Amino acid sequence: MAVKADRAPGRVAYINARLLDPASGLDTTGGLLSEGEIIKDVGPHVTANVALEGVTVIDCEGLCLAPGLVDMRVHLGEPGEEHKETLASAGRAATKGGITSMVCLPNTEPVIDDMSVVEFVARRARLQGLTKVYPYGAVTKGLAGKEIAELGMLAESGAVAFTDGLTPIKNAQVMRRALMYARTFDLMICQHPEEPSLAMGGVMNAGETATRLGLTGIPREAEIIMIERDIRLVELTGGRLHIAHISTSDAVEVIRGAKARGLPVTCDASPPYFALNEVAIGDYRTFAKLSPPLRDETDRRAIVEGIKDGTIDCIASDHMPQDEESKRLPFANAAAGGVGLETLLPVTLELYHNGHMSLLKALGLISSRPADLLGLRSGKLSRGRPADLMIFDPDRGWKVEADKLLSKSKNTPFDGRLVQGAVERTVVDGRTVYVSD
Amino acid sequence: MDADTDEFGYPHKHLLGIEGLNPIEITALLDRAESYVEQNRQTNKKRAVLSGRTIINLFFEDSTRTRTSFELAGKRLGGDVINMSVATSSVKKGETLIDTAMTLNAMHPDVLVVRHPESGSVKLLSEKVNCAVINGGDGAHEHPTQALLDALTIRRRVGKIQGLRVAICGDILHSRVARSNIHLLTTMGARVRLIAPRTLIPTGIEHMGVEVFNDMREGLKDCDIVMMLRLQQERMHGNYFPSVREYFHFFGLDYAKLEGAKADALIMHPGPMNRGVEIDSEVADDFGRSAIHEQVEMGVAVRMAALEILTANLDRIPQRNL
Repeated sequence: MAVKADRAPGRVAYINARLLDPASGLDTTGGLLSEGEIIKDVGPHVTANVALEGVTVIDCEGLCLAPGLVDMRVHLGEPGEEHKETLASAGRAATKGGITSMVCLPNTEPVIDDMSVVEFVARRARLQGLTKVYPYGAVTKGLAGKEIAELGMLAESGAVAFTDGLTPIKNAQVMRRALMYARTFDLMICQHPEEPSLAMGGVMNAGETATRLGLTGIPREAEIIMIERDIRLVELTGGRLHIAHISTSDAVEVIRGAKARGLPVTCDASPPYFALNEVAIGDYRTFAKLSPPLRDETDRRAIVEGIKDGTIDCIASDHMPQDEESKRLPFANAAAGGVGLETLLPVTLELYHNGHMSLLKALGLISSRPADLLGLRSGKLSRGRPADLMIFDPDRGWKVEADKLLSKSKNTPFDGRLVQGAVERTVVDGRTVYVSD
Repeated sequence: MDADTDEFGYPHKHLLGIEGLNPIEITALLDRAESYVEQNRQTNKKRAVLSGRTIINLFFEDSTRTRTSFELAGKRLGGDVINMSVATSSVKKGETLIDTAMTLNAMHPDVLVVRHPESGSVKLLSEKVNCAVINGGDGAHEHPTQALLDALTIRRRVGKIQGLRVAICGDILHSRVARSNIHLLTTMGARVRLIAPRTLIPTGIEHMGVEVFNDMREGLKDCDIVMMLRLQQERMHGNYFPSVREYFHFFGLDYAKLEGAKADALIMHPGPMNRGVEIDSEVADDFGRSAIHEQVEMGVAVRMAALEILTANLDRIPQRNL
């Protein structure tokens, strides 16, 4: 349940925990002491014995204590689409999912292309006192792909990076200038990699399945061409590029090559693209209609490989709430996207449970790595950092049930999936914001 | 031509650009200009150096200050000056640049001062005429007399150019003034920094011996000279910066950003200024630090020197058969 955040957290000792800090590689039994909003001490020496007077002691009973998760791609309905999700409902879902920082896309109404909207979102999120919300600023004014937005001033007012979110920046000259202009202030541009003219009209991955279902396909080349173009523009401009939610094997390969050449390119994957393939669409299940579309099994495996070898820098939920009216439609007419805040942790942990990587590495992909990319102070268990924490059981099994999600919209592509990994308690700035029932 | 035989130390027929000139040649032009500064302050400003000479100001692009400056320079030296601007010329009737040049050449002018919106066009024209040609600004390529007048201003104020740290700020991409100044200042031993948003820094300019900065405070640190450039919005077909307010916020020169520069740093601007865009009015009007009006004054002296030297050279350089 979500708990009312108490105002003055004071000093809290979390003892008897398995400490997991991906940034430092720490994996040991011990505890953590927070004072106010800050981590005061962490390590094996923090035990019940060090608990002084006036310290609240929380016994973790051997569960894992890790940095709260940092989710770098979340679509919030607010402002503009409060019937799909609000800052409050997203905050409740996020804290249940162990997420203590999330970065929201600028595709709101009004668009986050003006300082006043950045400040509005930040202020509204602060009032909730749940998961911290950092906005992306729009790259172009009104997301129209024509004129560059005031990136410098937006960054000063709190935008952590820039993207046109769900809309790719189509015009190569605009993308070139955006990367160059952003480089002036060392800002990161995040691209939704899809060549729109090639993807136009498509509703799922192009291929045999689409043909059998009689649906129009989006060729994988739509993704690859855009990524290859943008990498060339990075070469030209020296700007920092982050490629969101890659879905194809070729994308992994192209980015691997760009990184080998030393280019400032990073990318993320989202759980559906390493945990599902287009078969999930089955009999026209619109909850499996995503953007980019789910690809085939070869692609899914390549994404897993990309995560393992570090080509893919981090994992983001790509949370995209859609109400029933948007999904209960013929497949071609249904809206794309899936909610993901509450499944980010357990689906990412499948990489660990399936033996692809250590628990620490899996956690790093959803905490310290994205925090580093965005320049956030969270995501690490070390002295002086914000006390953004998650206490969880990596093994506890549960079943994803759409109806039981705390998100206002229930459109999860993982409905019915058996997963492992459950959050026991979530702490934001030293305050407990969620405790499981 | 043998350099020993020319009296001023500038042996070239034309003045098309600063690139390629050596420090001796630049100094020669500056020294000669220096001698005209005092003359221009006298009641009688007239000399007969260019008596009988014809100078045509051929401007394919709007200009008030440069054209006026050349016109005054020619007249003060006793030459006959004709102004031709694009609005009244036969270019509108479809005549090509080269036809215009040949036509004018047939009228036997001594000096053509040419401004043209396309880079390289003044050089092209100079190949088709017998007279001396002064580049009054070609596209985003060069504006040599501007760089010379800037250099003269600096030399008179600071006493030298060598070793100075000069920041050139703003719209480098579209600026011929910046390019000519980079050539001149680096040739004369100054250290040049460019400060602008990345979109206004042309590709590969680092190879011209300059340092590039994206932050005004950082770039202005310990600078002796701060040269502001006009934001040439009329040349911007596309997205170079999001808005004037953001541009001014990060790249407009105001006292706050000027703090890191040397306390007596000289502020320059080639004009015309966009107040509140690239420069704050307070700074522009700061008589103690701003050399903006002095630059205009030096412009006339520099152009007198150029006209005098080039016409003197005409007699020694053999005419070509066109």
